[in-house]
Amino acid sequence: MSVARAARLTPYMFLAPAALVLAVALFYPICYMIYASFLDWNPSQRIGEAEFVGLRNYIKLFGDPNFRESLWVTLKFAGIVVTLEMFIGVGLALLLDRNIRGMSVLRTLFILPMMIAPIVVGLMWRYMYHPTVGIFNKTLTNLGFDTIPWLSDGNWAFASVIIADVWQWTPFIFILSLAALQSLPSSAIEASKIDGATGWQQIIYIKLPLMLPVLIVTLLLRLIDSFKVLEVILVMTNGGPGLSTEILSLRINRTASEFRELGEAAAMSNLLLIVLLILTFAMFIYNKAQDARAARLRAVEEEA
Amino acid sequence: MPEIRLQNLRKDYGAVTVIENLNLEMAEGEFTVLVGPSGCGKSTTLRMIAGLESVTGGEILIGDRDVSRLEPKERDLAMVFQDYALYPHMNVAKNMSFALRLARMNKADIEKRVKDVAATLDLTAYLDRKPAELSGGQRQRVAMGRALVRDAGTFLFDEPLSNLDAKLRGQMRAELALMSQRIKKNMIYVTHDQVEAMTLGDKIVVMKFGEIMQAGTPEELYRSPANKFVAGFIGSPTMNFLDAELREEGGVLSATGDGFSIPLPEARKAQLQAHRDRQVHLGIRPSSFSEGSGGIAMPIILSEYIGAQSVLISEIGRQRVAIEVNTVVPIKSGETREFTVQGDEVHLFDPKTEAAL
Ligand SMILES: Nc1ncnc2c1ncn2[C@@H]1O[C@H](COP(=O)(O)OP(=O)(O)OP(=O)(O)O)[C@@H](O)[C@H]1O
Ligand SMILES: [Mg+2]
Repeated sequence: MSVARAARLTPYMFLAPAALVLAVALFYPICYMIYASFLDWNPSQRIGEAEFVGLRNYIKLFGDPNFRESLWVTLKFAGIVVTLEMFIGVGLALLLDRNIRGMSVLRTLFILPMMIAPIVVGLMWRYMYHPTVGIFNKTLTNLGFDTIPWLSDGNWAFASVIIADVWQWTPFIFILSLAALQSLPSSAIEASKIDGATGWQQIIYIKLPLMLPVLIVTLLLRLIDSFKVLEVILVMTNGGPGLSTEILSLRINRTASEFRELGEAAAMSNLLLIVLLILTFAMFIYNKAQDARAARLRAVEEEA
Repeated sequence: MPEIRLQNLRKDYGAVTVIENLNLEMAEGEFTVLVGPSGCGKSTTLRMIAGLESVTGGEILIGDRDVSRLEPKERDLAMVFQDYALYPHMNVAKNMSFALRLARMNKADIEKRVKDVAATLDLTAYLDRKPAELSGGQRQRVAMGRALVRDAGTFLFDEPLSNLDAKLRGQMRAELALMSQRIKKNMIYVTHDQVEAMTLGDKIVVMKFGEIMQAGTPEELYRSPANKFVAGFIGSPTMNFLDAELREEGGVLSATGDGFSIPLPEARKAQLQAHRDRQVHLGIRPSSFSEGSGGIAMPIILSEYIGAQSVLISEIGRQRVAIEVNTVVPIKSGETREFTVQGDEVHLFDPKTEAAL
């Protein structure tokens, strides 16, 4: 082997172990899952004993109104949750982006929910939503209002899980937006004050546009994550009442453990994976576009 | 366009006092230039006037209105920032028109103004570019344009020409001078460049460590600097300073030092009596030397030929001096020439207080 060729191959040699680990840890399970989605597979069987049924699992899924309902619940959940979290998170960041005393303590308090384990969050909210001894209904009763069927009515249950998720994940958007805000060029904001912009106008015309790249990435990250929530809803409602809060990951879980249809569960996972891949790909494209733009600007700058 | 007054202005950053007690009056429509060494508080003063920096003490009055606690937008001013402060996400035209758009001026008027100002600043070709796609000098001109399109009562400039090449700077300086004649607004202009200060200013304010050393017309500052600092700061090449002693011989008071003795005019004698036989600092502008026999013989160490003028570096005694002379034929280094200095063109300073005598 020539020296030049060896030099060219060196980086790949260093990469090889990592690539191997990745292949085993990532591609193997994915391939396994894709293969499984073509089987009629019961948990009591070994994979070799399962019957190959081709696309039947997928066809069955699309014909299954429960699956379609679950998909709709998931999309609705992700859409509402992420929209609310973006508005509240960015709004809070804009509100708390000032240097007054005690602000750093407040900021730390705000991000606490994010640090609690999802199971615990689920339990906590389940107790708070408890029909008689939960804090919400107790307060309502004490104030003389009717109690609310937080987790026992379909619509309320959907709202309840949304509230819990917003509570837990708004801080994520909050800290990222705050970081973005604090790294904005302060002089541009000063210039806008001189130019006569009110507080609102500064936000709309200067701050938000400059934060946009960070906001888009944050949004996509949150969207990807919101498609995968499981524990909190599992603990709070287990998908019910009816199918009102049965998001896809819950349905997958149920299909595998309750209905004992591993093949169908795998098919569903694959569909979810495809949705997530599309989102990830969107983020990737966005980053690429940003990089390309930055590179173009740099090139112009050097030339000037 | 009312007058501006700064009264007992003070600025602390935590425990650091940057400006202790600043008093300054600017007449209506006056072009005021703040000069001084780096870090003396020029930008801070300007930013306090703009309302971007809070005032620790004292008042800023525009007309009869105390604006020291008002928001920037309530003060009716436009500003050019030292670091441009352009809006990175807007193109040049949008940057320049931002204030006008906020003020809801109609579209056609905005466009016309932006076009006119862009033309005077040589920016027409760049109106669609974003700031990141411009060179430093172009950005600085956009920053300038953003202020000039506005119809504010007061214009603040923080070293607006510092990043331009010499030719462009001259051009822009002339443009500014013309504009200030034409529109007669309050202008406060910060610069390091004393040519800018001298040519643009109706009034120059020399600052040092947050204090005003002297404020006056360019001519006043050049002809009768109040202290050694101002004398050294205004004028180019810089004034020469020599150690000397005031001696009286035969009824004539003269400044005498190592290798020279310059008789002082009769008119100043009475006023200088108290300093007789004392040390003084003697200040001589490089242009005050004129070639002539019977003067001080001075070796030419270095000759910088600039065309119509030459700057000569020489020595008197062991003290280095610069001389500016009109030249037809370049003077060579190594020659020795004789120069005279008129007694009424020298400046005397107290060695301790550095105040002019
Ligand atoms: N935020 C701050 N905190 C503490 N000190 C500051 C702050 N901003 C400015 N200073 C100090 O105030 C002094 C005046 O600063 P200023 O920016 O007004 O100087 P300047 O005269 O504009 O200088 P230059 O010509 O270099 O722009 C400096 O000594 C600087 O260190
Ligand atoms: Mg400055």
